[in-house]
Amino acid sequence: MSRSRLLPLTGILAAVAAWQLGVSLHPSSLIPGPIAVARGIGELAVRGLLVKYVVASLFRVTWGYLTALIVAVPLGLALGLRRRAEAAINPVLQVLRPISPLAWIPIAILWFGVGDLSAIFLIFLASLLPLTVATMNAVHNIDPVHLAAALNFGIPLRARITRVLVPAILPQLIVAMRIALGVAWLVVVAAEMIAVNSGLGFLIVDARNAGNRYDLVIAGMVLIGAIGIVLDLLMRRIERLDSVRWGYAAE
Amino acid sequence: MKVQFSDISMRFGAMDVLQDVTISVEEGEFLCIVGPSGCGKSTLLNIAGGFLSPVMGTVTIDGDPVTGPDRRRIFVFQERGVFPWLTVEGNIGFGLFDLPDEERQRRVAQYVHLVGLEGFEKAYPRELSGGMKQRVEVARALAVNPDVLFLDEPFGALDSITRLQMRSELLRIWRAARKTVLFVTHDIDESVQLADRVVVMSARPGRIRRVVEIDIAHPRDLSSRRYIELRDLIFGEIGLAHQV
Repeated sequence: MSRSRLLPLTGILAAVAAWQLGVSLHPSSLIPGPIAVARGIGELAVRGLLVKYVVASLFRVTWGYLTALIVAVPLGLALGLRRRAEAAINPVLQVLRPISPLAWIPIAILWFGVGDLSAIFLIFLASLLPLTVATMNAVHNIDPVHLAAALNFGIPLRARITRVLVPAILPQLIVAMRIALGVAWLVVVAAEMIAVNSGLGFLIVDARNAGNRYDLVIAGMVLIGAIGIVLDLLMRRIERLDSVRWGYAAE
Repeated sequence: MKVQFSDISMRFGAMDVLQDVTISVEEGEFLCIVGPSGCGKSTLLNIAGGFLSPVMGTVTIDGDPVTGPDRRRIFVFQERGVFPWLTVEGNIGFGLFDLPDEERQRRVAQYVHLVGLEGFEKAYPRELSGGMKQRVEVARALAVNPDVLFLDEPFGALDSITRLQMRSELLRIWRAARKTVLFVTHDIDESVQLADRVVVMSARPGRIRRVVEIDIAHPRDLSSRRYIELRDLIFGEIGLAHQV
């Protein structure tokens, strides 16, 4: 195994070992150790909850995030290209931005009730603003020479969007997509604690309420962390595509 | 007359950039515009390309006034005009969106060959040298078969050896394709090596000081007496003593 993989793995193993050691030294902390947590994950798998909850959480993130992406990119492009629209709408975005998506939970429940739709709406909101603002800024950063060249060759508007504007903003957009996906994953857990009765966030709250099963609480946390890092690694792979690598600093 | 500049004046804010510029360019002519930096030569080219409108005067091409960018007249920027997200092939074929696939591929291959980039068709610009990127841009411009090429200091960012090579490449391509070329540079030697005529501009606000005909046959001998005479004439016209 190469060193670049060995070191991160060593770090994780050391953290797990330290966790186990700490738990053994302080049994009174009532925190379950890694072995108990692994057993908890096994129990979830046997009861069929592991796959069910992971799928439920991913389902909500996928819908909320993709809907946000579909709205944010055209909106960001339009705002980036039309300075007057930006002047009118940007202040609204900036006021909404510092409001935590979690502050919307009561309104989400008011509008959509307790259920998937509320959670999806919260994830949509959490992803929408950063993606829109990032797209808009990326449009401002397009090299004017590229826009001039596109005009010079007289290519039709649609092709100008798909072959010049979108590829030009893609490197910056992908970074924003990665950050937004991370936020979406944070928000789904919180949303599930309140608005639904499935998913990893629900698992954590439910395990505590139904008999202080802290092994399952931590199992939920470990799963959230593991899936979060997998999602991030997948997004990082996109950054390595040939058609966007130009936008990042030279390796 | 291919390109006619008539009494062009340009102003940015309170600053006069160009004053009463009148130039006629013949079909198939290679015209260089030289002048000190800030003299408005680049602005003049942008007006001809349809990217800027003058405050006074008109540019006509084939008798029609220029109202905006047009694919019959392609502007070549320094090599940074190449699209970094497209391969060499993708860049050269960029303007050929209205051709059927097969015809487009044929045309792309033809221009890849013309600029000597065989073997690099699938390469991305970040894998190419500055000179190669410049060739991609010239090929992209020529591929749409324009009748006028505007080149704005196209070799300015290249090292001096590559620049010399690119000049003879450009001359070779120009002789083969016979386009009308308007070439802006601040390099006087470059203008005498390339042009049929050199337009010498004054410092801002840019006016035409003199038009010098370069009556030396290609390939030009850069140590011939006539070459040195013409070069020194232009140096003198710009007000530079030819000494370091």
